Amino acid sequence: MTEAGLRHVVDAPLESPAPSSGLLNVFRRRYLLRLLVKREISARYQASVLGLFWSYINPLSQLFIYWFVMGKIIGRGTEMLAIHVFCGLIVVQFFVETFNAGTRSIVRNKALVQKMAVPREMFPVASMLVSLYHMGPQLVILTFICALCGWTPDPLGMAGFVLAVAIIMLLGTALALMFSVANVFMRDASSVVSILTNFVRFSVPMIYPYSLVDSRFGSFAQFYLLNPIADAVLLVQQAFWVGTTKNPDAIQAVNIPDNLFAFSFLALGVSALLLVIAQLIFMRFENKIPERL
Amino acid sequence: MAYPASTSIVVEDVTKTFTLRYHRTLKQMTVAAVKGREISDTFNALSEVSFTVEQGESIGLMGLNGSGKSTLLKLINGVMRPDSGSVLTRGRIAGLIATGAGFHPQLTGRENVFLNAAVLGMTDAETRRKFDAIVEFADIGRFLDSPVGHYSSGMQARLGFAVAIHVDSDIFLADEVLAVGDKPFKQKCLERMQEVRDSGRTLFYVSHAAGSVRKMCDRVIVLDKGRLAFDGGVNEGIKFVKYDEGTTSDDELSDDELGSDI
Repeated sequence: MTEAGLRHVVDAPLESPAPSSGLLNVFRRRYLLRLLVKREISARYQASVLGLFWSYINPLSQLFIYWFVMGKIIGRGTEMLAIHVFCGLIVVQFFVETFNAGTRSIVRNKALVQKMAVPREMFPVASMLVSLYHMGPQLVILTFICALCGWTPDPLGMAGFVLAVAIIMLLGTALALMFSVANVFMRDASSVVSILTNFVRFSVPMIYPYSLVDSRFGSFAQFYLLNPIADAVLLVQQAFWVGTTKNPDAIQAVNIPDNLFAFSFLALGVSALLLVIAQLIFMRFENKIPERL
Repeated sequence: MAYPASTSIVVEDVTKTFTLRYHRTLKQMTVAAVKGREISDTFNALSEVSFTVEQGESIGLMGLNGSGKSTLLKLINGVMRPDSGSVLTRGRIAGLIATGAGFHPQLTGRENVFLNAAVLGMTDAETRRKFDAIVEFADIGRFLDSPVGHYSSGMQARLGFAVAIHVDSDIFLADEVLAVGDKPFKQKCLERMQEVRDSGRTLFYVSHAAGSVRKMCDRVIVLDKGRLAFDGGVNEGIKFVKYDEGTTSDDELSDDELGSDI
């Protein structure tokens, strides 16, 4: 009706109101994504006196525990064991947090998903970005301690570090996408995920050096390297830990596999492929999400 | 399937089926299978609903509880997709399907306004420009910078409504708008929705209140058990759902008008 004499002309095509799904659409709505990430981060530290400082205390305390227990009590041979472990811990925590929080993300944002037309891939992706953000303080601590131990960054190592982060970002998002939708249909999914993540810590050369894997498994060590997370951990150790030891070249030769970069690019490719598959699975089930929540 | 440029909403042969699951755990499902009971069942929340809406029309959507009103609104809002048939809309949609959906209880009112506005598709600059108007409308005073979790339900609803109404939309959906909030606020909402209507936006208003539908709308659609039962004039529509029986007058702002029976 135009009783008020106003003619409201809409210059837009007639189209489906449902948001076209897909990860690309998530990045088209970057502003909302940024706010969702900010919401998660600031909600976590709201009403705490130390605030963001906690995200430094937590990794520091873990670093201390590993240094004391593994280095002083158990006292095994690996040089700079605390840094060795911490390199692994950064990768593992980034992955585990993405996987766990991402799996729960859609169910946790029930209210939004049921009532607003937002691309649902937004939530697992936001979980991944929050986890990435939490890696920041850990990285600061790692860099600082490594620098104290006489480490200097080298370009190849840093490139490897970036590659490691990229692998975990893709792999974590892929798994979070798949399991977040599974979690809507069966809440068992989040329990399965927490069991799966228990294995992660021990499937990477974190509390044991890669040289042990190599000497125990021999030629089967190749299969160990098919695990993308193990590759990522080794890349980070190559970037930081190796440089802190007394004889980096010898350490590199024994503890970092020669063809690590080849395996890492393979891992990156596999993770990217997995992300495509995850997206297809997500789209297949997405329609039923609002009613099943 | 060509529609004129003035068409705002097209709902064509839309069916939406929900799956009901009686038994959820493995144990329950095994027991049910052994006893030969149904494990799941489906029902049609909407079946073969078709209509088109022109830009600027204001539609009152009526029907008993469970007749499919909210499902239809969710399809138009894009939260759900139809199982068959198609829903098409033109332009930006804002609505009061869920005032304050996605409010984060730990964040302050201010942060939530930005978040909610972004969910509704507003940019940062747009929100900043309208921020004062939103806050003024919500009338929450100095609570703006305290966590939304501490708000009363009425305050949360006010803030949610204030954000939604300030979105520059072409289609405005309103469900359960007036279920919360005190009388002055309800009055303010109704006035604001009249403004929305008069500005030429398409209005989709779900209500059980015959009085406010009569005041707001120029067309009524009635759903009955998921089917389109009536589509036409306001008075005939209200008569069709028999909502004006028993109400004596609607010249004063009675409950009839405010929809307190929602």
